[in-house]
Amino acid sequence: MDIVVLLKQVPDTETLIQIAADKTSIKTEDVKWVINPYDEFAVEEALRIKEAQGEGKVTILTVGPERAIEAIRTALAMGADEGVLIDDPAAEGGDALGTAKVLAAALREIPYDLIVAGQRAVDDDYYQVPAAVAAFLGIAQVSMVIKEEIQDEKILCERTIEGGTMVVEAQLPALFTTQKGINEPRYASLPGIMKAKKKPLAKKTLADLGINPSEVGEAGAKCRVMSLSFPPERSPGKIIEGETPEAKAAELVRLLREEAKVI
Amino acid sequence: MAQGVLALAEQFEGRFRNVAYEVLSEGKRLADALGEPLAGVVLGSGIEAMAAELGKYGADKILAADDPALADYTTDAYTNVLFDIVKDHDPKILLLGASTRGKDLSARLSARLDTGLAMDCLALRVDGDTLIATRPMFGGKVLAEIAIQGTPQMAAIRPNVMEVVEAEKGAGVEKVPVNVGVAKTKALEKKTEAAAKVDLTEANIIVSGGRGMGSPDFSLLEKLAEVLGGTVGASRSAVDEGWRPHSDQVGQTGKVVSPNLYIACGISGAIQHLAGMGTSKYIVGINKDPEAPIFKKADYGIVEDLFKVVPALTADVKKLRE
Ligand SMILES: Cc1cc2nc3c(=O)[nH]c(=O)nc-3n(C[C@H](O)[C@H](O)[C@H](O)COP(=O)(O)OP(=O)(O)OC[C@H]3O[C@@H](n4cnc5c(N)ncnc54)[C@H](O)[C@@H]3O)c2cc1C
Ligand SMILES: Nc1ncnc2c1ncn2[C@@H]1O[C@H](COP(=O)(O)O)[C@@H](O)[C@H]1O
Repeated sequence: MDIVVLLKQVPDTETLIQIAADKTSIKTEDVKWVINPYDEFAVEEALRIKEAQGEGKVTILTVGPERAIEAIRTALAMGADEGVLIDDPAAEGGDALGTAKVLAAALREIPYDLIVAGQRAVDDDYYQVPAAVAAFLGIAQVSMVIKEEIQDEKILCERTIEGGTMVVEAQLPALFTTQKGINEPRYASLPGIMKAKKKPLAKKTLADLGINPSEVGEAGAKCRVMSLSFPPERSPGKIIEGETPEAKAAELVRLLREEAKVI
Repeated sequence: MAQGVLALAEQFEGRFRNVAYEVLSEGKRLADALGEPLAGVVLGSGIEAMAAELGKYGADKILAADDPALADYTTDAYTNVLFDIVKDHDPKILLLGASTRGKDLSARLSARLDTGLAMDCLALRVDGDTLIATRPMFGGKVLAEIAIQGTPQMAAIRPNVMEVVEAEKGAGVEKVPVNVGVAKTKALEKKTEAAAKVDLTEANIIVSGGRGMGSPDFSLLEKLAEVLGGTVGASRSAVDEGWRPHSDQVGQTGKVVSPNLYIACGISGAIQHLAGMGTSKYIVGINKDPEAPIFKKADYGIVEDLFKVVPALTADVKKLRE
C-alpha cells in the first residue's frame, strides 16, 4: 500500500509570534520551525499502516520554502521512505485552495492508495487543505480520525463528531485527517537520522507540475489577508481576597452573578 | 447575478444545534447590510417540520433538503446536495457553522465550488460587495482580517461567538429536490457519549481541570458543572495522564472553545492552553500558586487549594438556583 503524508512545517507552538512590518505576515526570524503536531500523528499512522501491511511506501509531500526540508528529513528519520518538496516563490502567500491545488497536482504524479494529513495546521488554522485536496482528486475524505482499519478496498475510520464518535467506511483511495489520540508519534532514532540522509528527496517547482502560477499562491488567492493584529490583551482581573476558601467562593459567585452576569 | 445570503442551519438528530441560530442571525445581519434576502437551508431526514422554526430568525425563505439518505452526515452526500442548492439558488454569501461537521463540509464544498472560504470566523462584515472576516490564526495569538472572493463568498462561524437575534418572518418551507449522487463514504455506527453532555465547543459554561486535580477523580468538577449547567473540559496534562478522554482537551492541539464562562481549576495557563480558551467571555482561575500564568488572563482569580474552593462554589451556586 502506497501512502502519502501531507506535511507542513509550522512555527513551534511556544514561539512568540510577531507581526511583520507589512502587517499581513509574521516575522520569520527567530522562529523555531517544527512539523505541524497533527502531521506527526499522520506520519506515525502511515508508518504503522505500512508496517502492518508489510509492504508499500510512505512519501512525505510538502509545499513550502527551502527550510521545510528539515521537517521532511525528520519524517524520513522517523521511517518514511521518500520526500517531495514543492518549493516555488509563486506558491507562497496563498490560501488553502491554492495550497491544495499544488498538492493535488503533485499527487497526480505520485502513486497512492491512501493520503494522510493533519486535521489542521497550527499556524493558519484553516482546517481546509486536506478536504480540498480530496475534492480536487475526487476521492473520499474522513476528518478527525482517532482509529482506522484497512479492509481490502476500504478503510474503516472512527472519527470525532460532536458529543461522540462515528465509524465511517470509505472506499480507497481515500484521504483521512488525524486527531489527537490516534497514536503516540515515535521519535527519530539515531540510525534513523543517519539513514534519512540517504533517502530520496525531490524538489519541484510549479513549472515541473504544469501549474499556472496565476492560479495559486498570492496571485490566485481567493482569501486575502488584509491585516493581522493582536487580539485585545485581557487585562489581568481581580484576585479575590477573603479569609477562608468559603468566603472567596462566595465572593466569586457574587461577582459572576452581579458583575459578569454569566450565572 | 448572485444575490442574498444562504445560511445552513445545522441539525443533529432532529434538533437544531445552537450554532444554527447563530448562523441564521448573523446571516440576517449581513443580508440587511446588503439590502438583500436571507434564506435558511436545512439538510436531514424528516426535518421538513422543524425547518419552519427558522422563520423566527428572519429567514425570508426556508429550504428543506429532506431525504432518508441525509439521516446521518456524510461528507459526500451533504456536499453534493448543498452544491446543487447553491448552484440553483446562487447566493452572494454562504454561511455555515464551524462545528466539527461544518468544518468538514464547508472545506469540501469550497473546493467543489472553487470559491473563497474563511474558517472559524469571530466576526463578519460586508464592505461594498465584499465579505470581510475576522478569524484567529496561530492558535488565537493573532487575528486576521480576510477579504473573501468568489461566488458565493463562504464563511464558517465559530460556535458560541455570535449573538442570536430573533426577527419573526414566518416564511414557508420549500422542499428542494435531493440527489445525493455517488457516495464514496458511508456512515456505519454512531457512538455518542453520555447523551446529556453538551459538546465543549458549544458549551456556555466550561469547568476545566488540569494536573492540579492530581487524579482521574473529576467528580468535584462534574458537580460544579452540573449545578452551573456546564460541561467539563481538561488541560493536555490531564489528558496525557489518562485522566480524561482526548475529546475533553482544550487548547492549541485540542478543542478551541469560547464559552461565556471558563473556570480553570489546577491549570497553570500554558500558552497552548490559553490558545484554546482565550476568547472566553469570562475566565476564572483557581490555582494555589499566585504566580501561575492563568492569573494574567483570568478576569477573576482565586489563589487557593481547588479542593477547598470548588465544593464551596458548588454549594453557593446550588443555593442561588433554589
Ligand atoms: C505542541 C504542544 C501542544 C500543546 N497543546 C496543548 C493543548 O492543546 N492544551 C493544553 O492544555 N496544553 C497543551 N500543551 C501543553 C502545555 O504546554 C502545558 O504543559 C499544559 O497545558 C499544562 O497542563 P496543566 O496546566 O494542567 O499542568 P501544569 O502546568 O502542571 O499545572 C498544574 C497547576 O495546578 C496547580 N495546582 C496543583 N495542585 C493544586 C490544587 N490542589 N489546587 C489548585 N491548584 C493546584 C499548580 O499550581 C499548577 O499551576 C501543548 C504543548 C506542546 C509542546
Ligand atoms: N503547505 C502544505 N504542505 C503540505 N501539507 C499541507 C500544507 N498545508 C496544509 N497541509 C496539510 O493539511 C493539513 C491541514 O492544514 P490546514 O488546512 O492549513 O489547517 C495539515 O495538517 C497538513 O497535513
